[in-house]
Amino acid sequence: MIELKSIRKAYQTGSQSLTVLKGIDCTIEEGELVAIMGSSGSGKSTLLNVLGLLDDFDEGSYVLNGQNMDGLSEKAAARYRSDFLGFVFQSFNLISYKTALENVALPLYYQGVPRKERQARALSFLTKVGLADWAEHLPNQMSGGQKQRVAIARALIANPSVILADEPTGALDSVTSDEVMALLKEINSEGITIVVVTHENEIANQCDRIIRLKDGRIEGANA
Amino acid sequence: MWRPDWDGFTEMIQVLLQKPLRTALSGLGVGWGLFMIIITIGSANGLQNGVSQDLGDMAKNSMFMWTQSTSMPYKGFQRGRPIDLKIGDVEYLAANSRVLEVAAPQNQLGGWRGSNNVTRGLKTGAFTVFGEFPEQQLIEARPLKEGRHINARDIEDKRKIAVIGERVRDILFTKAESPIGGSIRINGVNFTVVGVFSSMRSGEDAEEDLQSIRIPFTAFNQAFHKGDEVGWLCLLFDEEVHADSAAAEIMSVLKARLSIHPNDNRAFGHWTVAREFEEIQSVFSAIRWVSFVFGGLALLAGIIGIMNIMLITVRERTNELGIRRALGATPGVVVRQIMGETLLLTTLFGLMGAILGVATIEGINALLESMPDLQGGSFRNPEVSIDIVLQSLLTMVVMGAFAGILPAFRAVSIRPVEAIRTE
Repeated sequence: MIELKSIRKAYQTGSQSLTVLKGIDCTIEEGELVAIMGSSGSGKSTLLNVLGLLDDFDEGSYVLNGQNMDGLSEKAAARYRSDFLGFVFQSFNLISYKTALENVALPLYYQGVPRKERQARALSFLTKVGLADWAEHLPNQMSGGQKQRVAIARALIANPSVILADEPTGALDSVTSDEVMALLKEINSEGITIVVVTHENEIANQCDRIIRLKDGRIEGANA
Repeated sequence: MWRPDWDGFTEMIQVLLQKPLRTALSGLGVGWGLFMIIITIGSANGLQNGVSQDLGDMAKNSMFMWTQSTSMPYKGFQRGRPIDLKIGDVEYLAANSRVLEVAAPQNQLGGWRGSNNVTRGLKTGAFTVFGEFPEQQLIEARPLKEGRHINARDIEDKRKIAVIGERVRDILFTKAESPIGGSIRINGVNFTVVGVFSSMRSGEDAEEDLQSIRIPFTAFNQAFHKGDEVGWLCLLFDEEVHADSAAAEIMSVLKARLSIHPNDNRAFGHWTVAREFEEIQSVFSAIRWVSFVFGGLALLAGIIGIMNIMLITVRERTNELGIRRALGATPGVVVRQIMGETLLLTTLFGLMGAILGVATIEGINALLESMPDLQGGSFRNPEVSIDIVLQSLLTMVVMGAFAGILPAFRAVSIRPVEAIRTE
């Protein structure tokens, strides 16, 4: 599903160049639930952004779903994100003035799906995450766990191949974290590849495999 | 094929309603600009209509001419010789001028603040009495209320008949009486009323018209011992000829006949409607330009305000725009969204300003019409043509689109990863 070969990425800070990813090689198979771990500054968020086509890379190659992602235009990147990828963020990143239903339906809007169908599908995904009754609520009327479940429903709605989750439980208490992880595992069991960035061992241990990053390199992989 | 993007539209509405106060305030600038353009242009038109009305229904190719004294010695005559015009001179002019179409000599008795000169039984009044030809109607039309105007037979037979203004009728006749056939005494001479007229002019000019009495030129000269004198000439010249050159040609014919130096510009006085009209027109086109420029500047200020607000909005919404990008919005979609919001804002508020402006103009119009006392003023029927409104709106929409460009490209220049990172 995902193949990375010698991915390098450097940031220009003033006159200095800071190399964040120093040659990442890794493969993530279809249907895997993978955790990426590492201390802050290890490059794990940068790696996730590269995987999510939110950021470009300097060297190496990235093949997603059999297609080469090298040197994409912004427009093409947006297309691939829309077609293959779903995002779950630590801070949920729901749009504050849209209802839960509208938030979930938003990716379909960018795919040009008619309104009626968007709403019907959004409602079915909200039902799936157990929030059908909250469809008309605004994000600030919901708890953190509820917001993250809305975000997961939004990530799922466009039927992606891969879900990229950046510290999905970072802002949640342990009970809610377990609920969210249970939901992610359930989704994974339906065959969707999931990559979770986390610094919590408890979360990482629930995954099939852990990729540990240190100083921009993969330290080792556990089966 | 373009099709209406209602989803995009509701999306924009939703965003604009997010900050209703800010939206309203930034829209106010544009609305105000358009409102001002329409108000100033409407007012300028009102002023123009008022002034044009003062000129009444005088033919555009008409000219008034009177005699003065010479200012140059010529052919043995000294300077300062008073010039008198006779009927024979007018006939000569009609025969020899190439541009003259109608010549209507006039004589006058009484006038502004004159003493009482007209009586009917015990009723008296001070009115201006004109001796004139039927052709006078071609130059300054006076609508007939009853009876008839002076005709050629009246001139030929020197009939002692009179056509009177409405005000003259009101003073000399009671409401119950019909003025037609009534007899009035002008400076001791009896005339029979055959018609009553009103005026197409406004204000004091109309007042003067309505207080006048028109009698046949020939009867006037006979009754008041004027011989074949002509007080002044009302003329119509060829419409194709410019007023200035027509006046010059007509005067040169008369100068030759009356032994006046060809370069003596003081011997005759003259006034042309066209000249007057041109002057008024140029003043008003200047006023209109000024209102365009100032309204345009107001509009520009409004647009810049909108651009400013949109730039701030884009910065504030960095996170939201980043989320949208992550969820599959292409840069093009984001550009379209921001530009659409800007356009919607300007169009919506511009439209409101335009509607409000037109409504205000119409309101003033209705108010003026409901107060007949004000009808005589130099301000009448303020109006804006739909062309002007559409042009202003179009200008504003184009400017709104320009205002959206910078914020829109600012919005896409932020990479999605940076946008999401910003909290």
